[in-house]
Amino acid sequence: MSTPTLDVAAIRKDFPILSQVQDGKRLVFLDSAASSQHPTQVLDAMNDIYLHSYANVHRGVYQLAERATSAYESARDSVARFIGAPDPNEVIFTKNATEAINLVAQSWGRQNLKPGDAIVLTLMEHHANIVPWQMIAAELDCEIRWVPVTDEGELDLTDLDQLLDGAKVFAFTSMSNVLGTINPVARLTQAARAAGAISVVDACQSVPHFSTDVAELGADFIAFSAHKMLGPSGIGVLWGKKDLLDAMPPFLGGGGMILNVTTEGFTADGVPGKFEAGTPPIVEAVGLGAAVDYLENIGMDLIRQHEVELTAYAMRTLTERVGDDLLIMGPSEPAARGGVLSLSLADVHAHDVSQVLDEHAVCIRPGHHCAKPLMRRFDVNATARASVYIYNDIDDIDALADALVAARDFFSL
Amino acid sequence: MAGLEDLYREIILDHYRTPRNKGELETPPAHRTEGFNPLCGDEIVVYIDTDDNGLVSDIKIGGQGCSISQSSASMMSMAVKGKTVDEARQITSAFKRLMSIHETNVGGDGSEAEADDFDEIDADIDLGDLEALQGVVKFPTRIKCATLAWNTLSQAFDEIAEDS
Repeated sequence: MSTPTLDVAAIRKDFPILSQVQDGKRLVFLDSAASSQHPTQVLDAMNDIYLHSYANVHRGVYQLAERATSAYESARDSVARFIGAPDPNEVIFTKNATEAINLVAQSWGRQNLKPGDAIVLTLMEHHANIVPWQMIAAELDCEIRWVPVTDEGELDLTDLDQLLDGAKVFAFTSMSNVLGTINPVARLTQAARAAGAISVVDACQSVPHFSTDVAELGADFIAFSAHKMLGPSGIGVLWGKKDLLDAMPPFLGGGGMILNVTTEGFTADGVPGKFEAGTPPIVEAVGLGAAVDYLENIGMDLIRQHEVELTAYAMRTLTERVGDDLLIMGPSEPAARGGVLSLSLADVHAHDVSQVLDEHAVCIRPGHHCAKPLMRRFDVNATARASVYIYNDIDDIDALADALVAARDFFSL
Repeated sequence: MAGLEDLYREIILDHYRTPRNKGELETPPAHRTEGFNPLCGDEIVVYIDTDDNGLVSDIKIGGQGCSISQSSASMMSMAVKGKTVDEARQITSAFKRLMSIHETNVGGDGSEAEADDFDEIDADIDLGDLEALQGVVKFPTRIKCATLAWNTLSQAFDEIAEDS
């Protein structure tokens, strides 16, 4: 019996946007690490709510409102199942992963951090897992410590115990959005727990691409965004342990997050309502639920296998085709990384590379990828990042290779 | 649709490959200003010496960036060297008008070129080689690359004026 493989041709039929032609060329979308595309199943689910069942949630008693509330809450159930959360009420819908991390920093942080406390981050964090901590650290006079990164692009854990000594928070990414490095999350959360620190995991790059089980990860909080996992923009998820969430004060105030309001003050609702002030992203939640169903239907293990194979093919092909002029950052072993390839092409700036690639209808992302401390660590200003997902195949990689060769030739000194 | 040859004119590639006035000046007496493009991480450093007559007596450019930002900085250094600060500001305004008046400032405080400013500017300023950058406006995301050096220069002039 042969090993099952992902039927990319069938999957691509679910993504009409990918069948378009740009300047006579097949569109090659390799920027899913920034934001992924949407299958018709997600779009139909969202459209169906707008067409048949839209109303505000948790308010009206009429049938439309009941249906909207039920759809919104069943999306929460789907997300909880997808990440192995024991209780759907631990799933908080936010605007995006950035807001989810800000929620923890502002709510948990303000309640628990004191002057002189340490927050441990890693040098490979996205700005979304840096700046919220810098903001609260500046306000409460806390210290920020940094886990360094090796030349191979992995976390240097040599001094982790010292770094965590006396720390209150350890916030880190499950997978680097620049290097593709997959971090040993369970080991890191265990180290945090041993040191008496909470662990906050930026799981934006891992949840869309391989199976996630919050119990296995051992994290206190994880954050991710729907728009990187075939869902819409405008909604993200904070998952947190129930006892921690219960003890935390609200983040944003308004309607929907209260039990009672008087002229003297307010009483906050329980979770998740306490953290979902105002009308939530109702239809977006339904879209996220449909995205989760779509991914589960394919199978996360098969998705991971496909991306490892495609990453291995890309690393081999790009090195063969472009040669020594091309540097691929991060771990050299495809199985140790996600499908994110940060490329440096000799003396050609990432912006110029992407411009030539666009001529070939190849969409990649140039820049610092919101990870400037990491870029500084590797002494680069910008890289050209290609990232793969379920709808990419070897034709896309071959087109990327062709376009990179063209870029090199165009700018050859 | 605009092609690559609209963007990457030969004169641009020439300035990119062989940047003019690249380097540093001793500070003081020179003034040093850094500019950042927050979108892509490009950094530019402008060093300016102004003499007692208000002339830009020397200018050097540091930092890293793409072909558009680097060539624009290189051409800018040639365009303003030996000019008075007022003339250099007029060239800056003319260049920014070339880059579309709706471009928003990315270079830091004091470097906004608002649409209204342009009405008062002599339209006859000869931008010379800089006009090769005109193709950039067809690629809106690259406009900030082209204006990075100029916003930094404007900021430097503002800082020098404040200091004196």
